[in-house]
Amino acid sequence: MTTTSPIITVKNLNSHYGERQILKNVNFCVQQGEIRVIMGGSGSGKSTLLNHLLALLVPTSGSINIDDVDVVNADAKTLSNLRQKMGVAFQGGALFSSMTVGENIKLPLKHHTQLDENTIDIMARLKLELMNLAGFEDLMPAELSGGMLKRAGLARAVIMDPKLLFFDEPSAGLDPVTSVELDELILKLRDAMNMTIVVVTHELESAFKIADKITVLFDGEIALTGTVDEIKNSDDIRIQNLINRRSRNEKINAEQYIKRLTTGQG
Amino acid sequence: MFNSLTLTIESIGSVVVRRIESAGRLGTFLAQIVSRLWGHKFPLGETIKQLHFVGARTVPLILISGLFTGMVIALQFYDTLIRFGSVELLGAAVAMSLIRELGPVMAALMVIARVGSATCAEIGIMRNEQQFDALDCMAIDSYHYIMLPRLIAALIAVPLLTALFDVFGIGGGYIVGVLIHGVSEGAYLTGMADTIVWNDVLMGLIKSTLFGGVILWISLAKGFYLHIEQKNAGAEGVSQATTNAVVLSAVLMLFVDYIVSSLMI
Amino acid sequence: MKRMNLNFIVGLFIIAGMAAVAYLSVTIAGVSGYSKDNYQLVAKFSNSSGLKKGAFIEIAGVKVGKVTNIVLDKEAFESVATFTFDDDVALSEDTIASIRTAGILGDKFVKISPGATDEMLSSGDEIIETESSISIEELVSKYMFNSDDKS
Repeated sequence: MTTTSPIITVKNLNSHYGERQILKNVNFCVQQGEIRVIMGGSGSGKSTLLNHLLALLVPTSGSINIDDVDVVNADAKTLSNLRQKMGVAFQGGALFSSMTVGENIKLPLKHHTQLDENTIDIMARLKLELMNLAGFEDLMPAELSGGMLKRAGLARAVIMDPKLLFFDEPSAGLDPVTSVELDELILKLRDAMNMTIVVVTHELESAFKIADKITVLFDGEIALTGTVDEIKNSDDIRIQNLINRRSRNEKINAEQYIKRLTTGQG
Repeated sequence: MFNSLTLTIESIGSVVVRRIESAGRLGTFLAQIVSRLWGHKFPLGETIKQLHFVGARTVPLILISGLFTGMVIALQFYDTLIRFGSVELLGAAVAMSLIRELGPVMAALMVIARVGSATCAEIGIMRNEQQFDALDCMAIDSYHYIMLPRLIAALIAVPLLTALFDVFGIGGGYIVGVLIHGVSEGAYLTGMADTIVWNDVLMGLIKSTLFGGVILWISLAKGFYLHIEQKNAGAEGVSQATTNAVVLSAVLMLFVDYIVSSLMI
Repeated sequence: MKRMNLNFIVGLFIIAGMAAVAYLSVTIAGVSGYSKDNYQLVAKFSNSSGLKKGAFIEIAGVKVGKVTNIVLDKEAFESVATFTFDDDVALSEDTIASIRTAGILGDKFVKISPGATDEMLSSGDEIIETESSISIEELVSKYMFNSDDKS
């Protein structure tokens, strides 16, 4: 795309959960200003990959570099500085249930800036307006619907105007209309604030709509990284299955099937 | 046969290893919280919020349970003392058992029931809903922002709750002894004043402060490490963690009770 | 406004709790910081067996002071006890001080039976009328001696 160095570089990433290997030698780069979708079915390791990018998990081996910071070995101070430039919107919003929506959104500003109360209020209202949540400031998270929680979570993620935004499952559990609205919101954010956005999802439609590039994960391995057209035209059978919503096992091996049923192994 | 023996030994071993791991986690957890006392701005606003939850909102429960505890021990002591013709010792007996032992323990049990369980469930749900991940990602220190205020609030509130429990218990004893059974008011009040010394009150205060710390420490840790310690991290995990927190904090509290008593008597 | 309210309730809780602690330590455990003015009287007993320093003195079941000293009068071989009374307790000259036992097994204490004259005792005076400790052994031996006599 551009000649500038990538904002995210992942090299030879391996990760284990107990004995089980979740990620196998994952490599990819994300450029500045790009919308990257990480796609895969459940159990493909995409959530684990996200947690590694957020430095919530420590990999078995490999390196992750975000905005020139070695995330794996960074000290607390460096990591804290990096995180103030990153926003994360979690699947269920992850708002604090003991605070109002407004207080939730203002939290990062109150912690990391010396801005006065009025400025913080205005900034929070701006972001709520952007997410179509104006007037919901004083409600508790429990009073919001799933879609509103996600948008409120997104508002909190972008309150500090981050360079880099991570979004976990934007359309999971939402009706199609709300889901489309969120997709448009993501595009709007990139255009308005020139953010780099990494979206983890299993929804094809929204992935095709928003992505500049898509990284497809299968069983902890990257099957393919490419543009929307490249993914659509891929001749990898697993990707075609995903696109055409076919089941994973095309043909059943009768002998193995019987063995699995009778012995519980196989 | 031999195979099953090895299996048993293996499973015992793994249980022991898990217990030791769990103890280590509890220790580092506490050390992390305490270390946040230095080099950070003290989270006053959150501490006041927690004082409200741990302290002020537990007061009605403490008053009622204190009153009835006082009444029932006065009844029991009256029944015993009257056989020795020493009912004038009633005030002393009631106050002594409340201030040194029953007050701190009963008040702590009430705090476990109302605050410990609720806190563990709340923290566990926060873990489930990725709220701690969210805090990490916002570069907000959860030990400093979530844990420290709750621990401090407990250290302040539980001794005060215990003192209220004692006073209401003495009042309950007064109702049963003086008003119902006609023990002389002078004997009840001066008996108390002549028997109780500062050391007794101090013992009650030390115990209740430690109890408050133990209860919140365990409850917070059991909720915080939900994803590591529970097989099932959902609603069942939260309920299991809460049960563990209640049982462990109650047992640990009684252990601390014994240690302090044996050191101070 | 909501914030104010919360602070107010928490403040109330802290004050109530501190008041309870203060009540326990000052009124019940008698930690001084507060000490009432007081005055001393002496009383002589032929036998003060079992009475200790610090034993309390009561009138009608209410504590009014304590025994602060007990010494032997080496000439008369009497026990001389010093009583310290709260200042607001005024006693007349014909007051009786008796050593009693709380219950059967309880501690010895001093019971004051107030007199009726208008002349009041002032600091350093002596309570003339006293009743000594009653020893169960003495009672028993007296009874035995008397019954021997009759037979």
